[in-house]
Amino acid sequence: MASPLLQVRNLRVEFPTRRGTLLALDDISFDIAPGEVLGVVGESGAGKSLTGAAIIGLLEPPGRIAGGEILLAGKRIDHLPYEQMRAIRGRRIGAIFQDPLTSLNPLYTIGRQLTETILTHLPVSAEEARQRAVRLLQETGIPAAAERLEQYPHQFSGGMRQRVVIALALAAEPELIVADEPTTALDVSIQAQIISLLKRLCRQHGAAVMLVTHDMGVIAETCDRVAVMYAGRICEIGPVHEVIHHPAHPYTRGLMGSIPAMDDTRERLLQIDGAMPRLNAIPAGCAFNPRCPQAMDRCRRDRPELIDAGHTRAACWLARQEAAT
Amino acid sequence: MSAAAPLVQVDDLAKTFDVSPPWLNRVLERKSRQFVHAVDGVSFAIRKGTTLALVGESGCGKSTVARLLVGLYEPTRGRVHFDGQDTGAWKSSAANLRTLRRRMQMIFQDPYASLNPRWKVLDIVGEPLREHGLCSSDDSLRQKVGELLRSVGLATVDMEKFPHQFSGGQRQRISIARALATQPEFLVCDEPTSALDVSVQAQVLNIMKDLQREQGLTYLFISHNLAVVRHVSDQVGVMYLGRLVELADKVELFARPRHPYTRMLLAAIPDIHMSGSSRTPVQGEVPNPLSPPAGCAFHPRCPHADARCSSERPEMRQVQGVRVACHAVEEGRIAPRADDVRPGRN
Repeated sequence: MASPLLQVRNLRVEFPTRRGTLLALDDISFDIAPGEVLGVVGESGAGKSLTGAAIIGLLEPPGRIAGGEILLAGKRIDHLPYEQMRAIRGRRIGAIFQDPLTSLNPLYTIGRQLTETILTHLPVSAEEARQRAVRLLQETGIPAAAERLEQYPHQFSGGMRQRVVIALALAAEPELIVADEPTTALDVSIQAQIISLLKRLCRQHGAAVMLVTHDMGVIAETCDRVAVMYAGRICEIGPVHEVIHHPAHPYTRGLMGSIPAMDDTRERLLQIDGAMPRLNAIPAGCAFNPRCPQAMDRCRRDRPELIDAGHTRAACWLARQEAAT
Repeated sequence: MSAAAPLVQVDDLAKTFDVSPPWLNRVLERKSRQFVHAVDGVSFAIRKGTTLALVGESGCGKSTVARLLVGLYEPTRGRVHFDGQDTGAWKSSAANLRTLRRRMQMIFQDPYASLNPRWKVLDIVGEPLREHGLCSSDDSLRQKVGELLRSVGLATVDMEKFPHQFSGGQRQRISIARALATQPEFLVCDEPTSALDVSVQAQVLNIMKDLQREQGLTYLFISHNLAVVRHVSDQVGVMYLGRLVELADKVELFARPRHPYTRMLLAAIPDIHMSGSSRTPVQGEVPNPLSPPAGCAFHPRCPHADARCSSERPEMRQVQGVRVACHAVEEGRIAPRADDVRPGRN
């Protein structure tokens, strides 16, 4: 494998509160290769959005990186001062957020927001920036791009707004795009359009993507690899096909079984009883042990690391046992 | 569970909202009155003990149908019959209205917004019991609430807690317990699992199915998620811009979708088992409901549209046991085939 574009090493994110420090991300490690699409999936509160926020340097205080490092093309970016991080954000790492209405400024025209981004990051003239903005809007499939530059976000529909946001994220040709639930606010028919657009454009521009979503279907058709998160930790990571068809971690298995699929005929869905622990009550050992149907004594005592489990890497003592036999 | 008389029968239901600019603007700026036809001529029937699901994209009027059924909106046109009686006529008397309210209940989408944060679970679930005079004493109320909580998989002691002490899935169970308190026959569920995570969604869907089996409940299930709909429903109605475009048995609809919009919706679902391959994106977007296209509302996005589709609105017609509103299907221009929906499926 080529040298990774993004390396996250033992990342810890903490939220100091009056009642003690909450550990929101614990020992997160993964790589993204240039041009690769990595999916990050998990239920609400698992820490997937927080991982994205930590990478683009937009952790909301009091949240802070308490350990580990984040490297972009071999250089650390997690401890950069605000101004330097600002130069990277938008230029080398683009971001797409869930709600396109809140990520666009309602008081500026689309054209102004696009040209501003281009002029901030690239050494081009105002006219060139405008032409580039038109070209970007055309690429994202917005009809009559030149006229629409003069319009405001409220004059666009939800799907069109998300296209504008994608154009904005790609404006300065970043190497990595962090997309946080980019299709969650959209209808299924629009969701399919946006996903295929995002895939096509990132391939054309050679950008790697970290796609954060809770929708396993979106992951399945978009990503090369997927990381499954649970209670602030990665519980399984591997090629998409393997994680979906041969999940090694009991949580991943439960997650896959609880999704109603179009071709299953089950009367009842597989359910994982209980709910994800709150951050102030993460159990000892494996965080999943109270809900795990296969939990052993060891799971309640020792915390499993990510290890090779067949085709994927899973943080589970069962996988270790199977590997030993 | 007789197949004869449906529990709920809806005929030509319509709801129009007046979204005109204020009077002064109309006079000074010569703006005209404007109306949104949120629901326009919807008819269906639900047999006792079964589930009808309504699917469609946002703004297609599915939640408005739900609210019309439980009486949160007055219909502009059309009738709703519940257990053989016209609810419009029933509503003239307060006593009848109370009976009706007891027999049909609603579960809302957002379990964070639909529970009063300042009330204990005992008061939330107990309110319908008190309101309808179904419990004589505090003791029997507590006992009844405890039973209800246990029936949805919560503990009796939970009645002393406040909503913020529960997770989203548990809150939705409280909503279900509240809806079941009056022993209704008919439950209207407006996107009951959309705000929940998948593993929690599975818990709630399982509970809903168990309760249906045990108590013979009838559901109207509103959802935009076709996979969920396929899991819970017996009959499915597909809505587009305020109108039903297809109404069919679940098995029939998913195996042989007739209407081009239904086909598009099915093709647009991401399939977790098709790793790597892509779905066919639906072209275009839902038009503005203020100025819906003439003729068939779907014609600007439809690959099979012709001149007739853009001028004449199709009526719902019976085609091989399925009700479809489409000129192309009626004329036989598109054949009902299963395999053109999702190529390459095994």
